[in-house]
Amino acid sequence: MLHTFVALVEDKPGVLTRVASLFRRLSINIVSLTVGESERPDTSRMTIVCEAPENAAHRIRASLYKLETTVHVDEVNRAQAVVRELCLIKVAAGPDSPHGQNSRSQVFELAQVFRARVVDLAPESIMLEMTGSASKIEGLLQVLRESGYEVLEVSRTGRMAMRRGHHTSRVLKALGTKTASADNIDILDPDALPEDEVLPTEFGEHEA
Amino acid sequence: MANKSQQHPTLTGAEILWAALAGEGTTTVFGYPGGAILPIYDALRKFPTIHHILVRHEQGAAHMADGYARASGAVGVCMATSGPGATNLVTGLATAMLDSIPIVAITGQVSSKVLGSDAFQEVDITGITLPITKHNFLVTRAEDIAPTVRLAFQIARSGRPGPVLVDITKDAQQGTATFSFEAAKPHPYRPHPMLRAESSSIREAIELIQQAKKPIILAGHGIVESGAEKEVIAFAEAQQIPIASTLLGLGAVPAAHPLQLGMMGMHGESWVNNAIQQADLLLAFGMRFDDRVTGNLASYAPNAKKIHIEIDPSEINKNVRADVALIGDLKEVLQLLLPLLPKNSDTSWLKEINASKGTAAVRDIINLPDNGHLYAAHVIHDIWREAQAAGRLENTIIVTDVGQHQMWEAQYFKHEAPRSLVTSGGLGTMGFALPAAIGAKVACPEKDVWVIAGDGGFQMTASELSTIVQENLAINIAVINNGFLGMVRQWQETFYEKNYSASPILSPDFVMLAAAHGIAGANVGKRADVIPTVTKARTSGKCFLINFQVEKEDGVYPMIAPGAALHEMVRRPQHDPLLETAEDE
Repeated sequence: MLHTFVALVEDKPGVLTRVASLFRRLSINIVSLTVGESERPDTSRMTIVCEAPENAAHRIRASLYKLETTVHVDEVNRAQAVVRELCLIKVAAGPDSPHGQNSRSQVFELAQVFRARVVDLAPESIMLEMTGSASKIEGLLQVLRESGYEVLEVSRTGRMAMRRGHHTSRVLKALGTKTASADNIDILDPDALPEDEVLPTEFGEHEA
Repeated sequence: MANKSQQHPTLTGAEILWAALAGEGTTTVFGYPGGAILPIYDALRKFPTIHHILVRHEQGAAHMADGYARASGAVGVCMATSGPGATNLVTGLATAMLDSIPIVAITGQVSSKVLGSDAFQEVDITGITLPITKHNFLVTRAEDIAPTVRLAFQIARSGRPGPVLVDITKDAQQGTATFSFEAAKPHPYRPHPMLRAESSSIREAIELIQQAKKPIILAGHGIVESGAEKEVIAFAEAQQIPIASTLLGLGAVPAAHPLQLGMMGMHGESWVNNAIQQADLLLAFGMRFDDRVTGNLASYAPNAKKIHIEIDPSEINKNVRADVALIGDLKEVLQLLLPLLPKNSDTSWLKEINASKGTAAVRDIINLPDNGHLYAAHVIHDIWREAQAAGRLENTIIVTDVGQHQMWEAQYFKHEAPRSLVTSGGLGTMGFALPAAIGAKVACPEKDVWVIAGDGGFQMTASELSTIVQENLAINIAVINNGFLGMVRQWQETFYEKNYSASPILSPDFVMLAAAHGIAGANVGKRADVIPTVTKARTSGKCFLINFQVEKEDGVYPMIAPGAALHEMVRRPQHDPLLETAEDE
């Protein structure tokens, strides 16, 4: 199954290698990995999506924690988090393309339905920018192809994930924030539960 | 270089390195100089509190730092130049990594201006050692040396210990910076967010312990690393729970303790492995269910619930599923558990295990009459008897190599004190014994240090004999010489139809080899000569090598074939043809 991990790591040379090497050693394929700045100085945020057995999640998370350069690790699933991806698509849409003179206007329409933006217009092609879940991006690509458009280039960033709701107690703790007062925390957030009640299940029930 | 004045001195990077090492309490460094680390060696003379031991091969330096750390509990330090010097450390670092040993390795590196250009003796050692160090650093500026070295020590010894490598470029060594040991102090150790024993888990653990009728403690290396020996014994005594030890856990609980059953696993005692298979509760204390300990996982302790007390969360549920995981420092967790458990005085389970020993002890090789043949087991048992008779048992450190003799040592040398056995468990590094013994002797000069090595492994690092002489170390060396790579031969005998492919090994005359180094030695081929020669070696006050010419085709028993269940032990044959011919003569 697909697992999504969000890791805060030190922004230093070699940190990406350490994270990537961990997955290599466990022989787990990384589906996507995005790295960028976070809200915290000198700290990068990685969203790592990987294909691994269901019971591997705990071990991956614990192994990520073991890296000295890791500040915090969270595993998120779709229900808890907003997951987004950015995609650039270049479509052939010149007078010689199958749809001829109507190419552009049809692509414009499709883009509007999928809430994609036209970011470049060339005599022979159109470039679209789209942000959304992976399935929506795949949907647009499928419709384009099925409509007979030639997709010239596709560049996807890979998924980024962020938990819904307020900062969780664990994130606040990881960030060094002094205290997360109880009413500040989304009660429905599993991370807001007393930690005693969270961790044993991670070591227990999840791993059948 | 303690400077109490407000003004912090300006030093070169090389001087800062030594000052930081000295500040961390380092008194011995095992190393080998070379081009990219020469500025550091040039500054060494300014730091008289640090003794540098010149090794003969950098692998030896890493093993010495390792042996130093295992024997003393302090962080061992080794040093090498860039390129081949650094790559020669690799086996030693991996050995320390697999056994969670705190060492700090310093390597020289080419100047930061030419990094990545394939300069002379340049190698990407931080890249190479990434998976075999707990962490590593590349330092390119003099001002970063002190904080990095201090952080390296902190990482090496905190949590689950391990080796840390600090690669320092030549320009960083030559540059200057102000030095303040205090200002370079690392932040408090990054707390592990998963590192705590949950109160609900503690409750579950207590419930399981109270329900158990046949519990066993699996005593691992973590007991020694945590310094939890007293707590483990107190816990076992209060609950009357028998204790089985892993190889690296030997000595954590004295062999003579009535609750101590002995070693478990592939070459563990039959009654220990059978007891584990029958147990209804396993309490894993600082151990990681290595495959050499569990045998076939599917049939491992099928009736037992498992409580895993472990400092490294990534070990939980790795090999064996834990019913209750208590993450944390073993000593702290046990201190938490102890007062919460009512005492138990039911000794029936222990009696049942002891009764199951049956004829196993009688069939033991050490009970054979002296028939003129010398068995490795005899040699090792006699080294133990000699030390015991001399009252030196608590002051003896045995450093083994890897192979048959290592297993015989674990079976026949009864360890009563923690840190009295230094052996490469996880990586199984042949050639470990001689250099590791140098580290152990330097750390504990008042103790008797014995190297027990096979004829194969001894030749891998025998060049360190020169180091022993140069440092005038009184190390006793027992070479168990059977003319074979013994464990390989035993596997070939058992699993490869006696096809002894590349396992017979020719050796030099070890006594003459010792003599060439100016080391005294003796050949022993008869049992009667063992103890007198051992006494002679131990009391000589100098390095002494004994070449024990032992039976060529002896085997380590009991044995569990790889992948077999823990109770499917292969026992020493009742009518071992080898023993029969021995008796006929």
